[in-house]
Amino acid sequence: MSKATVVVVTSGKGGVGKTTSTAAIASALAKEGFKVCAIDFDVGLRNLDLIMGAERRVVFDLVNVVRGEASIKQALVRDKKLNNLYLLPASQTRDKDALTDEGVASVINELRMYFDWIVCDSPAGIERGATLAMRYADEAIIVSNPEVSSVRDCDRIIGLLDAKTVVAEEGGRMPKHLMITRFDPERAKNGDMLSVDDVVEILSVPLIGVIPESKDVLKASNVGLPVTLSDEESPASKAYVEAVQRLLGEDLPVTIPTEKKGLFGKLFKGRAA
Amino acid sequence: MNFMNFFARRGETASVAKNRLQILLAHERTGDGSDAKLISQLREDILEVVRKRMNIDPDAVRLEMDRSGDITTLGIDIELPQTKN
Repeated sequence: MSKATVVVVTSGKGGVGKTTSTAAIASALAKEGFKVCAIDFDVGLRNLDLIMGAERRVVFDLVNVVRGEASIKQALVRDKKLNNLYLLPASQTRDKDALTDEGVASVINELRMYFDWIVCDSPAGIERGATLAMRYADEAIIVSNPEVSSVRDCDRIIGLLDAKTVVAEEGGRMPKHLMITRFDPERAKNGDMLSVDDVVEILSVPLIGVIPESKDVLKASNVGLPVTLSDEESPASKAYVEAVQRLLGEDLPVTIPTEKKGLFGKLFKGRAA
Repeated sequence: MNFMNFFARRGETASVAKNRLQILLAHERTGDGSDAKLISQLREDILEVVRKRMNIDPDAVRLEMDRSGDITTLGIDIELPQTKN
């Protein structure tokens, strides 16, 4: 049997960075040499294709595959830069009910034969798209901003991960990792933002990474590159790469990379290309 | 990559973003998902023609589409079977 790992990137709340994180994690894993497939489960509102810069090359999608209108191999879009990274896009023209449990199960089972890592980008909410994105996962990355509504929604999602997934139904416990995104160390230090420890304490999920708020994330999405590919020196990119090391089992202490704002940083603002 | 870097370095990623969105939305607003159907049919037609001459594995056929502004290109890669030794 294959040794593929299916990981869902989920949060409940929208806009916290699931898609950005999915793209960054999938491409960081691919850079490590693994065969990686990122799946967009946001049927009707897909965006992973845009963030990964593949939007002009999408022909078939997840719903076509689930309905047997296209094979998985036909629907996979290969990344322009990394030839071991693929995207399975969501459908843009249908609604979330177009996905069926059996259909998703068979898609994931087949992908397990071809890939080392399958990264599922969950839609926001707790409806069918979100529950199917997590259903066949082996592990979950829970994305939260250091902000009250986001943390609360994550708690709800944790409940679903422990109830509505195959792992949970078989009596297992879904391994979960907390990823805090859009973190501003300055504001947390001043007490104007929940600290990393606060969020970890409330959710009781082990931390896999803290991604600092960074301008590079928007720049990367503008040009359609995962931030881990567009700018390796970016603090956000470094934080994602470290999170992926931890996902791969390395015992790295969680650090919070920040933009260097010292005199040296100011003098040498431009980064080496 | 170089093209992206060119804009990125000059701080003009926003214009890349706008351009990408214009192309994408122009397509999505007119599109009704018939692309996929058409391409599926084309694929079957082409496969049939090639099959007249040789045996090919349907899985060894890759379709690549690229929509850039006014032009959409469709590339079809067919992995030919090894010639017998």
